[in-house]
Amino acid sequence: MSKKVLILKSSITGLLAVFLFTFFISKNKSETYEVLTKLNSNCPPGFKKNANNECIAQNLYMQYNSPNGLGVGGLQTGLPEIRDGFSPQQIDLGRYLFFDPILSGDGSMSCASCHNPEKGFSDGQKTSLGNNHQKLKRAAPSLWNVAYLKKLFWDGRATSLEEQMQEPLFSKIEMNNTPDNLLNKLNSIKEYQQMFAEAFPDRAINSEIKLNEIYKSIAAFQSSLISLNSKYDRYAHGYHDALNDNEIEGMNVFRSFVARCAECHTPPLFTNQQFAVIGTPEPNGIQFDPGAQITFKDSTLRGAFKVPSLRNIEKTAPYMHSGNFATLRETVEFYTQGRGHAVPKNENLIIHWHIWEPNLTAYELDRLVDFLKTLTDETFTPKIPNTLPSGLKPSV
Amino acid sequence: MKSTVIKFIGAILLLCIGIFIGKSFFRSSTETAVPMPSGMTYRSTGASNDTTQVLKSNSFNGEIIEVKKGNSIQEAVKKANPGDLIRVYPGNYSENVFIDKDDISLQGVVINGKWPTLDGKKEINDAFLYSGNGILIENFKIINYKGNAIMGQAGNNFIIRNNWIIDTGVYGIFPQYGKNGLIEHNVLSQIADAAIYVGMCDNVDVRHNEVFDNVAGIEIENSRHCLVENNYAHNNTGGLLAFVTPGLPIKTTFDVILRNNFVVNNNHENFGAPGSTVAGIPAGTGILIMAADDVIVENNIITGNNNTGITIVDLATGDPKANDPNSEGNPDRVTILDNIMFDNGNNPTGEIKTIMLTQLDSNGPDIFAYGGGTGSTIRNKNRYRTFGIADYGTAQINDTKDILTMMTPKPVPPRSVSKEEIGELTYYGVCAGCHAFGTRLIGPPTEIIQAIHNDNPQGIVDYITKPKNLRDDYPEMPPQDYLSDEAKMAVAEYILSIKH
Repeated sequence: MSKKVLILKSSITGLLAVFLFTFFISKNKSETYEVLTKLNSNCPPGFKKNANNECIAQNLYMQYNSPNGLGVGGLQTGLPEIRDGFSPQQIDLGRYLFFDPILSGDGSMSCASCHNPEKGFSDGQKTSLGNNHQKLKRAAPSLWNVAYLKKLFWDGRATSLEEQMQEPLFSKIEMNNTPDNLLNKLNSIKEYQQMFAEAFPDRAINSEIKLNEIYKSIAAFQSSLISLNSKYDRYAHGYHDALNDNEIEGMNVFRSFVARCAECHTPPLFTNQQFAVIGTPEPNGIQFDPGAQITFKDSTLRGAFKVPSLRNIEKTAPYMHSGNFATLRETVEFYTQGRGHAVPKNENLIIHWHIWEPNLTAYELDRLVDFLKTLTDETFTPKIPNTLPSGLKPSV
Repeated sequence: MKSTVIKFIGAILLLCIGIFIGKSFFRSSTETAVPMPSGMTYRSTGASNDTTQVLKSNSFNGEIIEVKKGNSIQEAVKKANPGDLIRVYPGNYSENVFIDKDDISLQGVVINGKWPTLDGKKEINDAFLYSGNGILIENFKIINYKGNAIMGQAGNNFIIRNNWIIDTGVYGIFPQYGKNGLIEHNVLSQIADAAIYVGMCDNVDVRHNEVFDNVAGIEIENSRHCLVENNYAHNNTGGLLAFVTPGLPIKTTFDVILRNNFVVNNNHENFGAPGSTVAGIPAGTGILIMAADDVIVENNIITGNNNTGITIVDLATGDPKANDPNSEGNPDRVTILDNIMFDNGNNPTGEIKTIMLTQLDSNGPDIFAYGGGTGSTIRNKNRYRTFGIADYGTAQINDTKDILTMMTPKPVPPRSVSKEEIGELTYYGVCAGCHAFGTRLIGPPTEIIQAIHNDNPQGIVDYITKPKNLRDDYPEMPPQDYLSDEAKMAVAEYILSIKH
């Protein structure tokens, strides 16, 4: 009897132990899984996470209409359509990839080498330095607000970030990688495998990292770089004390039809996303750049370049497609020195009609520079990762 | 003898007193006749067959701010709130007035033929620059600016009328990116580009204006739904223009009616700036339609234009600019109804002269078409001397009398945004740079803010307006006083409502 009770009792204890054991094991498992979460599950600032785990852009310009839905106009005009809807994990994975030199053939360059957050996501060079420090042909464009742009590169030859990034990644003179090498390297790093699994939860378990996942993650991160909270924006939203008298004077020169800056650098993005032949000079020793003529196979676009956004322009000297102007002052002065004054003698360019002889005074040029500096806002600058899955040092 | 002299002097004295009393009586009566603050009215000819009917969209309950000689119009604009009327009295005002507010009316007061005059002295860029909606500018004389007399950027529901504009640089009246506007009863001359330039706009009426001695009289460019009616365009290089300029973000011009205008003797020498679109317009151009679609030309008097009465061309022919792959360059579905045309083409120039000589004609035609385009039609083709319209069919309509206006039946409303949405946009668009749920960014996590200000949105409003650093472990918050009171309360309530 007592033996029976003992057996019963011990079996109950046993069952309980087994139960507890399995319970803890399973709990441990889930804890291990929690620890494995490597990517941020919150959207970056400027985005709200929806029920589908997508980050949707949110900003004060969404209060306004936009003429013909194009995101060009005046102070209180909505922005162009944005590329958003990436998951927070994809954005965060993109951040690691963006700063990781493992993406280049010899592990020496990352995206951030030419798009350094400390330099307005540009590099401070007239023209960028590529593989083995060789001088490239054009300046690195800023990536701030790139999610709003429909055409990429100075000559507009790419229509998506995914398409765009493949050129620097696999160009012999830029990051000098190959698709095979990139995949082999990333697939050999366990932490990246885990991160990609987190960022792309719908794919088959243990599947390898794929190129389009790499592209999508980097595009997700780039699309998260939003700068819409400058002093100018405060003015635009109705707080007129945000700008001082000099800056307001500069703004009025900027949007006047004498200087005509706002005709192409149209608010709120400060670009109308068109192509314009303005006839800026190349720095010494650099050949004339035909620009968008090549992209569109159209000789009337010889010397045309995409109108760049001016947001955070203060941070991205030197200026123009090949960095000929060291300062904003020199840059604004170019526009008042005469239509086509810097065009090489042997070139016959169709200069844009807004390039004329506005005869701006030195005082007006100074005010323009004052105004351009009110377009600075880096409050949403992302953090550079302290360590990278590749074990390499984040390179900027 | 003496009494006659006294009588005579007395009579003159009486007469003088009479004149004095009469003059002061009538003067005071003109001064007291304060016109209604008409900026508050909304003219909607489309709602009724009575084109003079004026419908009030708002009752006027704003302040009236008066600006007298020696004071600044801009200072008045600074003081003004939406709904206010600024009345400017005669005098010279050399300033650049910019209006970055909604629903402001600026009204000149003309007394005894003396106008409030904005004089740019060829030093100041623009007289009026506005970005707000619901702007009215009327009764000003504007002279000697470098850029524009009146330029709008993305302001809807504008009214610009009764202004007298001479030599204000590139353009006279230039609304850009605006929807629903009225430009009427203005007189403009000596403008180096277009006197009235409707650029990248929608739903604009241009009526009863006189434009002369300009390079271009009235120009509808990359705009849709425009009515150009009852204007007198004379002695410009080109009278009325409807066209597409390539390389602009808004790519089309269509649905334009040019009706009941006088387009007479537009033979002024072209003094447009080199490189500008209008610099290529040959002197003697009455009406120019370039790449614009669905343009109707009706009941105009088009005479004495030495090159052609109406020129219809594609971009490739008319405008040697850099190409735009997204601009469609052919003028399609142009409709020419009844017009009075004679005495055009007496002295053709350039290509048109060459082309006409191939026809053994030394005169330019009433209607000249060249280049691409399909679907165009004309009523009573045989009436006119024409070139290049052999493929034009017979017009399917006789008139446009049912279209009284292109303006929208009601003012374009601002985008409606709820308080919750403003709160949400502000939280994610501004606050999220430093605050997030469950993590410390730069400032405290959102749930801590919720705990501190539980049920007290005003507490958040007060704090963000004037933060006081209460915590050593966090940096001091910069004041968010630039947010409107409405946005501050909206975001405070939103923060307290977020659940995670």
